[in-house]
Amino acid sequence: MHIQICPEAFDPWSEISDYPARSKMKPGSYGACSVFVGFMRDFNLGNKIQCLELEHYHGMTEKLLTEHAEKVDQQYGLLELLVLHRVGMIYPQDPIVLVATWSAHRAEAFKGCHDMMEYLKANATFWKKESLANSQHQRWVDSQIVVT
Amino acid sequence: MNITVKVFASLREDLGIDSANIRLSGEVTTLDVWKEITDKQPPSNLLCAINHQYVGFDETVRDGDEIAFFPPVNGG
Repeated sequence: MHIQICPEAFDPWSEISDYPARSKMKPGSYGACSVFVGFMRDFNLGNKIQCLELEHYHGMTEKLLTEHAEKVDQQYGLLELLVLHRVGMIYPQDPIVLVATWSAHRAEAFKGCHDMMEYLKANATFWKKESLANSQHQRWVDSQIVVT
Repeated sequence: MNITVKVFASLREDLGIDSANIRLSGEVTTLDVWKEITDKQPPSNLLCAINHQYVGFDETVRDGDEIAFFPPVNGG
């Protein structure tokens, strides 16, 4: 199992390709790999987006992801689980998140990947601030909070 | 007791606070810590953690704790 917060861009396809060889899995032990890759769109809420800045709570984010990955690993009997997530400045089409699971059969890989991704979206302490194209305007995404 | 407070994302900008070390005495909850750093009302969707674990606003704070306040999360 490997969880990593990445301040620099990563290539999800080479990460998936390279991971089995540096993991605990033996060649021939897995029959399925399920993958989710999230990318940055260049549009949101009717606006063209130039870039976004992704912030996280160092320490808490890693703790939450690691704890849930251990649960998912046990619940679905996975052979391996890989999570990479970007922070910092991100531009359209950059990969933001990679969740990959390996198991003997497809059902466990599918379910584990879906479960991990849904948990990440709902709980992991990340926040996005996007910059609109052709504008100086910046806004926080889906984390509006009104302080009075 | 001495505690560390951290504030994230839009909330950091609204309050103008990134982090703070504060000293408190007596029995203190996370809501008391919020009142210590700002006069503003806690937003209905405000989130809170102690030592990297989600908690409610009636959670007791202990010496050396790291308390964090932040808005709803949005990763992935």
